[in-house]
Amino acid sequence: MPSQATSWGRWPRHENESATYDINNRFASLPGKAGVSMLPYGNGRSYGDVCLNRGGALLRTRGLDRFIRFDRAAGTLECEAGVLISDIVDLVLPEGWFPPVSPGTAFVTVGGAIANDVHGKNHHRAGCFSGHLLEFDLRRSDGTALRCSTQENRDWFEATVGGLGLTGLIGRAKLQLRRVPGPWVRGDSRRFGSLGEFFSLSKESDRDYEYTVAWIDCVASGAALGRGVFMRGNHAPNDSPEPRRAVLRMPLTPPVSLVNGLSLALFNQFYFHRGSASQPEALWHYRTFLYPLDRVLDWNRIYGPRGFFQYQCVVPEPAAEASMGEILRRISRSGVGSFLAVLKNFGPGASLGMLSFARPGTTLALDFPNRGAATLKLLESLDEITRSVGGAVYPAKDARMSAASFQQYFPAWQRFSKFVDPKFSSSFWRRVTGSTP
Amino acid sequence: MRRMLIVGATSAIAEATAREFAKKGDALYLVGRSQERLQAIADDLRVRGASLVSVCRIDLREISAYEGMLDGASEALGGLDGALIAHGTLSDQRACELSVETLLDEFQVNAISVMAMCTLLGNRFAAQKRGVIAVISSVAGDRGRRSNYAYGSAKAAVTAFTSGLRQRLNPLGVSVVTIKPGFVDTPMTAAFKKGILWAKPGAVAKDIVAAMIAGTPVIYTPGFWRPIMWIIRSIPEFVFRRLSL
Repeated sequence: MPSQATSWGRWPRHENESATYDINNRFASLPGKAGVSMLPYGNGRSYGDVCLNRGGALLRTRGLDRFIRFDRAAGTLECEAGVLISDIVDLVLPEGWFPPVSPGTAFVTVGGAIANDVHGKNHHRAGCFSGHLLEFDLRRSDGTALRCSTQENRDWFEATVGGLGLTGLIGRAKLQLRRVPGPWVRGDSRRFGSLGEFFSLSKESDRDYEYTVAWIDCVASGAALGRGVFMRGNHAPNDSPEPRRAVLRMPLTPPVSLVNGLSLALFNQFYFHRGSASQPEALWHYRTFLYPLDRVLDWNRIYGPRGFFQYQCVVPEPAAEASMGEILRRISRSGVGSFLAVLKNFGPGASLGMLSFARPGTTLALDFPNRGAATLKLLESLDEITRSVGGAVYPAKDARMSAASFQQYFPAWQRFSKFVDPKFSSSFWRRVTGSTP
Repeated sequence: MRRMLIVGATSAIAEATAREFAKKGDALYLVGRSQERLQAIADDLRVRGASLVSVCRIDLREISAYEGMLDGASEALGGLDGALIAHGTLSDQRACELSVETLLDEFQVNAISVMAMCTLLGNRFAAQKRGVIAVISSVAGDRGRRSNYAYGSAKAAVTAFTSGLRQRLNPLGVSVVTIKPGFVDTPMTAAFKKGILWAKPGAVAKDIVAAMIAGTPVIYTPGFWRPIMWIIRSIPEFVFRRLSL
């Protein structure tokens, strides 16, 4: 069957160039044809080509959406790998539990969260997703199934978390949840005028707040460079009735990107100056606070038929402030960028994953409409800075980093490659290792 | 809490419907062919809130096993309030044209086994003077078309059978619900290219549960299939026979 699978950035596009298999039974051995490589595909929320396999096959895992066991006393949840974080929240929140780590969208599968070793607004406290993963089953193309945890098959565990789906198919996983008093997050938000202010706000907040994140105005330049809005919060008890789940959908793909210099300047002005940017006391529903973009289904269509790139890098101390300043200057000069640029300081904890992205330092994430060569050139110039300070770019968001960059960002890649299933591959993996399908 | 029998429980539509029941805390008896898949679904339904889930592995081609299975279901749940009959295969039309054996086997699974199950269940529910039997037929049963008339005619038999059964059982306090899904995105239809007419099993499941609770005689799901099928049934034969639907 031809594939309609794309990634969230809607670029690169090569529909009908991969076969797809729907995986509905976690006990069955893997399908596939001799000589055709495979790659698990969850809910398609990674941005670039880590979830694509041009010329090969995709194993669609959304049919693996069964819960297995939920221990309401211990807060452990066993489920199949195609279960969405949003399904988990719906199940466990009424019992006073919550996913310990979730990315900016709840529409990712558990398998995808493991394969990209995702992080969230609480990285400074909770680390990556893999830190709360008690165990998982990995199905290999040779018919074997490995149970992996930090005790059992530890090397496979370390290869598979952040392993971009290349080590085999994750069928089942067991997670440790965290206690919460309900669906509300209490905290505040305030404007900051410079990167320096961001760093001191972050330092002061990371100790007392579970979640910290900043929106940054990527259009601002000169004296306003690095201005933004800092938000922080903790899960908190509150008796307000739950808001109705209002969901909008971007109904169509406009012929050109609606994100352009003008709309960007207008939006960023508005976002910075709007009243709610400064709230000494704020109460957010978790969906508004943690997953703001999930309210608009298919929002990625606003970038038009050519799609977009997301760039997420991390730059380490002590050069974080200087290098982030230079990155923002280059973005601001380019006049492109996104409505929602996000800045956050990661915590000190290192993840176990050989290819895990999150590491101590400051991370910036933002979208760029795809304008072809000009965009690629800008992103490469950002990579120049990231490389020079020993940072890294997030594979889950990437569609364009060079093989040389990847190999510098992830020095364990050669060790990792020994764990890649011989029948598994991805467009990303071939791009950054120069291998053939 | 209701006590529900689900036959063909590993089918995508049945599993989605079972989740709706589980959310309401119902007790469920799952019948299917694969023990490990039934077990996986049972675990999931328990987590989702089902008050009790038992499973039973049988081959639904063996009609002689039905009475024993129904006894087992009644015993496990302490009686039955309703049943969803959801098993079936999507016949390969071309294969059914070339082989009578294949055609008859498809009829065995999609029509005869369903009518047998309905008969046995109907008698049990008639005796207890209550219950609801929901049967998954198909829009394909509304008119035979050359692309799938083997499947369509088996479903037409199910539609006609349940219509008569409803007339017989309604006065006794038993409802019979004929469910006619259109295109549903399930493993059974994995080979089809999906368009705007395709529905997700979860949406179909919500319609099924609502119809079972209300005792609605015939539902099309999604509902837009009702006018579509009305048009298709209304096309005069001298036109219809020239169409390639």
